Amino acid sequence: MTANDPSPNHLQLTRDGQLRHFLTLDGLDRELLTDILDTADSFIEVGERRIKKVPLLRGRTVVNLFFESSTRTRSTFELAAKRLSADVLNLDISTSSTSKGESLSDTLLNLEAMASDMFVVRHSQSGAQHFIAESVTPGVAIINAGDGRHAHPTQAMLDMLTIRQHKGGFEGLKVAIVGDILHSRVARSQIRALNELGAAEVRAIAPATLLPTDVESLGCTVEYDMARGMKDLDVVMMLRLQKERMEGALLPSEREFYRLYGLNQEKLALAKPDCIVMHPGPINRGVEIESAVADGPQSVILNQVTNGIAIRMAVMSMAMSGQTAERQQKLSDTGEAAQ
Amino acid sequence: MTALLEIDQLLGELENGLRQLLEDRGVAHPALIGIRTGGVWLADILGKRLGIDEPFGELDISFYRDDFSRIGLNPKVKPSSLPFDTEGRDIILIDDVIMSGRTIRAAMNEIFDYGRPASIILATLIDLGARELPIQPDVTGRTLALSSDQRVKLRGPEPLHIELQSSGQ
Repeated sequence: MTANDPSPNHLQLTRDGQLRHFLTLDGLDRELLTDILDTADSFIEVGERRIKKVPLLRGRTVVNLFFESSTRTRSTFELAAKRLSADVLNLDISTSSTSKGESLSDTLLNLEAMASDMFVVRHSQSGAQHFIAESVTPGVAIINAGDGRHAHPTQAMLDMLTIRQHKGGFEGLKVAIVGDILHSRVARSQIRALNELGAAEVRAIAPATLLPTDVESLGCTVEYDMARGMKDLDVVMMLRLQKERMEGALLPSEREFYRLYGLNQEKLALAKPDCIVMHPGPINRGVEIESAVADGPQSVILNQVTNGIAIRMAVMSMAMSGQTAERQQKLSDTGEAAQ
Repeated sequence: MTALLEIDQLLGELENGLRQLLEDRGVAHPALIGIRTGGVWLADILGKRLGIDEPFGELDISFYRDDFSRIGLNPKVKPSSLPFDTEGRDIILIDDVIMSGRTIRAAMNEIFDYGRPASIILATLIDLGARELPIQPDVTGRTLALSSDQRVKLRGPEPLHIELQSSGQ
């Protein structure tokens, strides 16, 4: 199947290249990624109005299907859908029917019977959203809100939006991703996006035990020494240490990790003076990042959260738009055939 | 036909009509909002001619169109920008061409999401009739009846001119 499918675009794009599902950044070109960022810019402006709502998805039903717990991602998806005027259903499946033995396919069939137009799915299994997109009724859009270690494309795109806001673009940028890259679906999507959008260099900074074996093939250089890795950086993206996913002894101790790879003011001073600090959250203060840095003037961590709503509004409306275009196309095809 | 569509003449009509209407209604401090793209060029010009110093607003109605479920989202949407608070303001809403009235409906819905204006005056450069909604401009530069193979479009911003196309020829 599917998580390693080299061309997932037969699934996520329409015949004429519009988004209809949003599963992974793999295969999406710079033009489409830029369209997503541009559309999100317009939604940022909507978020600054007295009434922060537009009627695009009025009458549509969006189901947040979270097989893994999440606070930030789920609540920003929920807010994004509501600001598009959709009706939203939040299902926490980890505590629901699947624990009573219902299969994923049966759960989906039941939700489709409720006339849902879009599923926002988080799942611990890499490729789960591909599986759902392959089997779902035509016209229903699937948005990946994180699958296993594979991808978290809306997180990466909100990071790109944040970088573009602060740096004006990607040309010439040196960007580092620091920490637990092994368990991070965010890092994979970030590396892919940064390369496609034209960043000059993407560095992975981590101990060997927290790097996937094929990390360089993702499109980055590797640096084990953080002091060396911080040199000349425009952007440093910290990752959360995913303690809950760690099996076996990957780290001597949290204290040791913080000493070597935690971002503090001394290490940040080695980067460019206008280097911005990012983190997808939730942050572990004193594990990956010092409070003085997380709350400091170079931190854009809370901008990322705000931008997350706009990116999710953009992706949801573009996918719904692609589904619409496809349905119109099919109608006109059938119409022509009937004539 | 082309002679009837001299831009300066139509702008003059629009300007005079607006002056008269503002005076009749006793509106001293109107705020201008142009609908992208043509309406924004017109707002820029009319603002200067009417002596309105306050920066004008620019509206992109893509998120408010009533045909999303038929044609989807405009991929080239740009952020709207209203540099003033619409709450309690007298607004002059400007577009280049009015036909069905659906664009104006969308624009008014969007304006109200920024705040409730005291009033809205609608000014359009060209009125093509063919209305589908009960929306009429208060001031217009010229009313035209086009044949089914004719299209009219405002081109600009430099030089601003009106283009009349006939697909039949």
